[in-house]
Amino acid sequence: MNFRIPLFAALVALAPGLASAKNVRLLNVSYDPTREFYVEFNKAFATHWKAKTGDTVTVQQSHGGSSKQARSVIDGLGADVVTLALSADIDAIAERTGRIPADWQTRLPAASTPYTSTIVFLVRKGNPLGIKDWDDLVKPGVSVITANPKTSGAARWSYLAAWAYAKHRYGSDDAARDFVTTLYKRVPVLDSGARGSTITFTQRGIGDVFLSWENEAFLALKERGEGEFEIVVPSLSVLAQPPVALVEANAKRKGNLEVAQAYLDYLYSPDGQRLAARHYYRPQHPEHADAADAARFPELERVTVDEEFGGWANAQATHFADGGVFDQIYGGK
Amino acid sequence: MSTAAPVIATRRIIPGFGLTLGFALAYLGLVVLLPLSATFIRSADLSAAEWWAAVSSPRVVASYRLTFGVSLLAALANVVFGVIAAWVLVRYRFPGRRLVDALVDLPFALPTAVAGIALTALYAPNGWLGAPLAKIGPEGIKVAYTALGVWVALTFIGLPFVIRTVQPVLEELEPELEEAAASLGATRLQTLWRVVLPALRPSILTGFALAFARAVGEYGSVVFIAGNMPMKTEITPLLIVTKLEQYDYAGATALAVAMLVVSFALLLLINVLQLWSRRQGQ
Repeated sequence: MNFRIPLFAALVALAPGLASAKNVRLLNVSYDPTREFYVEFNKAFATHWKAKTGDTVTVQQSHGGSSKQARSVIDGLGADVVTLALSADIDAIAERTGRIPADWQTRLPAASTPYTSTIVFLVRKGNPLGIKDWDDLVKPGVSVITANPKTSGAARWSYLAAWAYAKHRYGSDDAARDFVTTLYKRVPVLDSGARGSTITFTQRGIGDVFLSWENEAFLALKERGEGEFEIVVPSLSVLAQPPVALVEANAKRKGNLEVAQAYLDYLYSPDGQRLAARHYYRPQHPEHADAADAARFPELERVTVDEEFGGWANAQATHFADGGVFDQIYGGK
Repeated sequence: MSTAAPVIATRRIIPGFGLTLGFALAYLGLVVLLPLSATFIRSADLSAAEWWAAVSSPRVVASYRLTFGVSLLAALANVVFGVIAAWVLVRYRFPGRRLVDALVDLPFALPTAVAGIALTALYAPNGWLGAPLAKIGPEGIKVAYTALGVWVALTFIGLPFVIRTVQPVLEELEPELEEAAASLGATRLQTLWRVVLPALRPSILTGFALAFARAVGEYGSVVFIAGNMPMKTEITPLLIVTKLEQYDYAGATALAVAMLVVSFALLLLINVLQLWSRRQGQ
């Protein structure tokens, strides 16, 4: 009973202070392998925002398979910003809820992708099978790890990279289809997400080659020591563009519009670009990256989904929809 | 026993029937029927032809075969070994019995994802059990990432059901019955077959039904060990999740409805069997 009055008095005394320096909570809904990057980026942004406005920002992160995360936002998860693996997933939120404007991709520079990535091969130490390029993956006896492209962003990029390679190499869609069909015959396990297949490859010891996000491959090298795996860069891969967007309706409702927009803009700042490069994402402005970080990215030809497949909507409908090419490969409908 | 059926018809001695029935129905409606009807309504977005196409594509049919087939095999394994385990726990006294008894419930309490990860690590080709198994025979025995792995996971999660339903009945079963049978000249096998098992039959069926139903709905532990290859080791609950992740809500609920109908029909069949077996027992 006694302490209630002092407590109340203290609250009254503190209240004006609370009002002038706000505590802001942002929710960033992201996909699996961005975890480490955003931990560091959030700290940098909090420092930046504190210096600029005096407010304290706490950014909460949520990670998971890209489609699953998009579905959570569709089902009502109050994300202020989404930073996902595919534009198709952000499109789905925009279409189904209207909480993101339909032209979201034009609202930020570089088609709303502050950083890009690609698909590379992770092989076991010493590359015992001598894997150099996509053609080596379809040789008999090679076992390839990738996730289910119907549910995993990384696996979809990998599938498209393989298709693009075969089309360039053998000249037709039919040949590409045969190539991809053989490739999936080499796959013994299909996890539903990228982290699942990383674990299958690195910890269960299954498979000879793992089709991986470039940043995830670097991370596997870092975490397991360089002694266990090697990265092999194919001659051609895909330009993976994991986009970001403001979930306008959610941010507005929570009064976070300004800070959420600033959060996304900050990804393009020298600081944001430097951190992206440090966490193995290729920055849009490589000049801001530390020289040592920038030097890690090997040169390779990266084709875009727009040029090769006529955009994501098309690729999705042809390849990954129910009854699409991927289903046909597995003898489904 | 024989008065069980007419109780409802006769005058009730215990008051509060209307009230408790009302509560029971409201509770059941809220917890079970409401979500289920939402599933049905959602799948009604599809036309009959679309619905049928969604639930009968080859990949989906292959997943039914795996889900229901392997669940059945897992439940059968649990019947055989569950009855033996219950028998040992009830009829014998040995050091560590209480510990073993407590262990039986672990698959209930363990998060299924933990079970799945543990089993996969154990049975993967580089795991403690997977590595020696892979050396048996010319091809080696593969458990993780095959239908056999699915069976292992489903047997694990279904283990407690048969034991826990048979155990109390076995405890109530007086050893004098067996002694009487023996003194009347029955062999041990005859006693087991004609005296013990008929008394246990309803509880075994209940345990079987529970273990089977649990296995059919299982997701968490199976997805880790199954390998999830389309047409081969993909369970229906995984296909439902896959459809959801492709934003195909209607398709996902169509599969859910198909599974519900089949599961309900099977459980109903088991209940009828149970009723029949009770009548036989009397």
